[in-house]
Amino acid sequence: MAKFGAALGAGIAAIGAGIGIGRIGGSAVEAIGRQPEAANDIRMNMIIAAALVEGVALFAIIVAVLAIVM
Amino acid sequence: MNSNKYRGFKIVLLLLVVFLLPVHAGTTAEKKAFNPGEFVVGHVTDSYSWHITKSGKTEFSIPLLVIVKSQDRGWFAFCSSKLNEGATYQGFKIANTAPYKNKVVETLPNGEIVRPTDISVTKDVASLLICSALIMWIILSLAHHYKKSPMKAPGGFLGAIEYVVIFIQDEVIKPCVGNDYKRYSPYLLTLFFFILTNNLMGLIPIFPGGANVSGNLAITSVMAVCTFLAINLFGNKEYWKDIFWPEVPTWLKVPLPIMPFLELFGIFTKPIALMVRLFANMLAGHMIAMVFMAMIFIFGAISPLVGTGVSVFAIFFAIFMNFLELLVCVIQAYVFTLLSSVFIGLSRMEPHKKEI
Repeated sequence: MAKFGAALGAGIAAIGAGIGIGRIGGSAVEAIGRQPEAANDIRMNMIIAAALVEGVALFAIIVAVLAIVM
Repeated sequence: MNSNKYRGFKIVLLLLVVFLLPVHAGTTAEKKAFNPGEFVVGHVTDSYSWHITKSGKTEFSIPLLVIVKSQDRGWFAFCSSKLNEGATYQGFKIANTAPYKNKVVETLPNGEIVRPTDISVTKDVASLLICSALIMWIILSLAHHYKKSPMKAPGGFLGAIEYVVIFIQDEVIKPCVGNDYKRYSPYLLTLFFFILTNNLMGLIPIFPGGANVSGNLAITSVMAVCTFLAINLFGNKEYWKDIFWPEVPTWLKVPLPIMPFLELFGIFTKPIALMVRLFANMLAGHMIAMVFMAMIFIFGAISPLVGTGVSVFAIFFAIFMNFLELLVCVIQAYVFTLLSSVFIGLSRMEPHKKEI
C-alpha cells in the first residue's frame, strides 16, 4: 500500500514539475520572440526559475521515498 | 567504395555488433541473478571500500580506512578489507540487515548490536578529500599566477577558472549580497566550486570520480548549516526585528504570535530547502543513469538478443541523460550559491526609509 501511494505521489509530482517548467519555458520563449536582444538575460532567469520549480518537485519525490522506507 | 561518407558510421556499427557478441555469450552462462535494486542503490550510496570493477571472479576495489570508537574499548583504526564479505574483526562487522544496514556495527560481549562512533574514511569522504585537493590546487595556482605577474591575464585553463570566479562574483554575489559582499565572497565562492567539483566528479564513472558525494544528505546538510550560520550569526538588527516583530497588522502578532512563529519557522526551512534541493537533484540524476545501465542487464536476463538490442538504446539514453546531468550539476551549484547569497543579502538589508 505504501509503495502504491509512493508511486502515485511521484507521478503527481512529475505532473506538477511538467506543468510548472512547461509554463516557464513557454513564457521565456514568448518573451524572446518579443525582444530577441534580451535572449541571454531571459535564458538565465528561465534556468533559475526552472531549477527552483524542479527543487519543489524533488521535495515530493523525497517524501515518496520516505513513504516507502518508513 | 571506401570514400563513402557513411564509412565511419558503418565501421562504428560493425564494432558495436562485434563487441556486443560477448554480451550474448556472457548472459547464457549461469550467474548470480541480477538484482537491479541492489545494483542501483549500491552505486549511489556510501560504502566502506571503493569498488572499481569486477573482472571475471576477482573484484578490484580500493580498501579505505575504518575509524571507529567502541564504547568501552577505545579507538580502532583498520583497513576496510578486513571487513570484506561479512567478516568480523575485533568485534566489528558490516551489518546486513536493518536498522544498520551496510554500516559498521559492534557486537558487545552480551550479544547486543550497537553502532560505535564512526568517523571512517568512506568512499564519499575519500572523494570529498580528493575534490578538495583538486580545488585547492587549481585555485591556488591561479592566485600564484597573479602574485607572480599581477598585470598579466592568465591564459588557458586558469583563465577559464578566473572567468568563472569573476562571473559568480559579479553576477551572483555582488547584486544579491549588497554592499559588504567582499566579506562573504570567500565563503560563497568556495561553496560554488566545492559543489560544482563534487557534482562533476560524480559524473565520471571511474576512479577518482564516480562517488555520489553531493547526493549524500550528510554533506548537503553541513553546507546548509554553514549557510544558516552565515545568515543568522551576522544578521542585522533590522533582520531580527523583521522576524520577531514584522510589519504586519497587530492582531497577527498579539495575543497569538502567528507571524513571528511563521518567520521563525522560515529561518529553518530555507536552509533545509537548499539542502534537500541539491541532495534530491544529484541523487535522482545518478539513479537515472544507473537505472538505464541496469535495464541492459534486466532485459539481458530475459534473452541475450533482447539484451543486445536494448543495450544500444540504453547506452544512447544513458549518454543523453549524462548530458542532462552535466547541465543539472552546473545549475544546482549555481542555484545553491545564488540562494545562499540572496538569503545573506536579505539578512543584512538596510531599513526601509519611511515614505512621507
